[in-house]
Amino acid sequence: MRLRLEKRPQPARHWIYLSPVLAVLVTMLAGGALFAALGKNPVAAISTIFWEPLFGEFAFYYRPQLLVKGAPLVLIAIGLALGFRAGIWNIGAEGQYIVGALTGAGVALAFYPLDAWFLFGLMILAGALGGLAWGMIPALLKLRFGTNEILVSLMLVYVAEQLLAAMALGPMRNPEGMGFPGSRNLQNYPAAHNAELIAGSGMHWGVVAALIAVIFAHILLGRHILGYQIRLTGQAPRAARFAGVNPARLILFCLGTSGALAGMAGLFEVSGPAGQVSIDFNVGYGFTAIIVAFLGRLHPLGILAAGLLMALTYIGGEIAQSELGLPAAAIQVFQGMLLFFLLAVDVLTNYRLRLLSRAPDPSRSL
Amino acid sequence: MDLSSINPVLLLASLIAASTPILLAAIGELVVERAGVLNLGVEGMMITGAICGFAIAVNTGSPFAGFVMAALGGAALSLLFAALTQIALANHVASGLALTLFGLGLSSLLGQGYVGIKPPPTPKLDIPLLSDIPILGPVLFSHDLMVYLALALVAAVWGMLKYTRAGLILRAVGENHDAAHALGYKVVRVRVLAIAFGGACAGLGGAYLSLVRVPQWTEGMTAGVGWIALALVVFASWKAGRVLLGAWLFGGVSVLQLNLQAAGVAVPVEYLSMSPYLVTILVLVIMSADKSRAPGSLGRIFHASQ
Repeated sequence: MRLRLEKRPQPARHWIYLSPVLAVLVTMLAGGALFAALGKNPVAAISTIFWEPLFGEFAFYYRPQLLVKGAPLVLIAIGLALGFRAGIWNIGAEGQYIVGALTGAGVALAFYPLDAWFLFGLMILAGALGGLAWGMIPALLKLRFGTNEILVSLMLVYVAEQLLAAMALGPMRNPEGMGFPGSRNLQNYPAAHNAELIAGSGMHWGVVAALIAVIFAHILLGRHILGYQIRLTGQAPRAARFAGVNPARLILFCLGTSGALAGMAGLFEVSGPAGQVSIDFNVGYGFTAIIVAFLGRLHPLGILAAGLLMALTYIGGEIAQSELGLPAAAIQVFQGMLLFFLLAVDVLTNYRLRLLSRAPDPSRSL
Repeated sequence: MDLSSINPVLLLASLIAASTPILLAAIGELVVERAGVLNLGVEGMMITGAICGFAIAVNTGSPFAGFVMAALGGAALSLLFAALTQIALANHVASGLALTLFGLGLSSLLGQGYVGIKPPPTPKLDIPLLSDIPILGPVLFSHDLMVYLALALVAAVWGMLKYTRAGLILRAVGENHDAAHALGYKVVRVRVLAIAFGGACAGLGGAYLSLVRVPQWTEGMTAGVGWIALALVVFASWKAGRVLLGAWLFGGVSVLQLNLQAAGVAVPVEYLSMSPYLVTILVLVIMSADKSRAPGSLGRIFHASQ
């Protein structure tokens, strides 16, 4: 008896939907085992992470957090998914996020204390342009010199982190901050504050932007010629070239869009939940968004669901940290596992597991 | 600013030491890529090796045991990648990213009790007579065992790829896996072995950081070295000898910027710290024009049915 993988003539439709669910379930099991190994009650830990934020005693406080944490993840993942679909790997979203936050907050700090209605719009524009510029570096280098966009975009994350530190300690430091690192707190600057639109709902402009991005991406991929070209390039690059798809334009579009979206996400975060440019205002959303993009099957609606689920693990993880003493790193491992299992389960979409009961016939062995 | 405080002999000596982690990780990844596998998980395997080696060295008091465990830890993690890409036929890029994200989380979980501890010192091998030669002595002949091991590994990989049958099979698998399969070579087995070797090397490189270079444990301490090692393989056009050259270049840049920081150059520290990453991008720009050297099956998924 042995198992063999047999290629399916067409990807199995039901597995496209089933595999993320299965991956989440397997991750819960493996994560439970991990938590048990850390000496925690696995059932309590899993239910704290997945149940408590939604239906627990303090759910009224945690539910809005779902939107606050999910919005940047969805916004970034939407951009990444466009590129991933076309085989263009932008994994430097964290850097674009940081630079977008810096340029956006820079506009606010430059105009301080101007109280104008257009200021916030200008900040969003600056944030998007900052992320766009940072994303264009790997794109242009790839087009001009053939460099690998994976490595360049990632190197730029480390450059952006150093730039953030330089800004928080230097030009953007709060002049009234008693010498502490970090900029003015934008939450105390009404014209620049990304405040909740409805008090207590967690709904801020970033959430709105994320929803708009989902809708636009959905239409783009399903209805627009550019979306068709993206999908074609990802599935059959040679065929796409024969069909007249311009690869250079796709690279510019995908890296530019994902950079701009990540930059906007950074701006919404720094002017809202985070409040100020500080050395560590970024918490790795740019990297977690990669998991979100894959968990959502690179599909806009899927990403919306995956972003909320990932936000849930962030919030639940924090609760488990304070209530059960679960280490923060355990949640990081948990999220990493999720991507692992997702990729592993994915094989069932394209291949069928065959149980061969007889010894393989040597005349038709592989 | 006092540039005269920078001693060129010490600079060269620390260049050799600083290039060792990158060299170890890059030579491992070179073998992996020559087998046609693109493992972007180097950073994750390095940092897992760093904490495995550190924890074992602290608990046993033996840096040697630490290095062994680091290699095993790196290899064990890389087998997860092997399972994903070789058995579950998952995309190499995505799986490598998963490995890095997982490795970063795992290492900070494992490393919780080890922050702020000093590891046992790794002894330096002062080679008698040779290490007394002025200039050359301190630069070349007064390092620890791992430095020489890394250099020996480069030589061994170079010889293996160029002169042995095993090297020929590995290259065949990397250049055209369908042809290699048709000739009866076990594509998956060769690749899994290569991946494990790459993981072990990355683990050793990570442990060299946590046990010798820094030496202590901090979260995320590899800070992109694994990614630079990946860039180095491109820079080296998939040739073992040129990996050495590249590692010295990056070692030199990182040592020089540290020395400039210490000498108090009138540039903020953060901008100096950017330099290794910017140099990596620059090198990629210069070296990427010639793509012909890349192994033919690099990053492609192999299944015997196709």
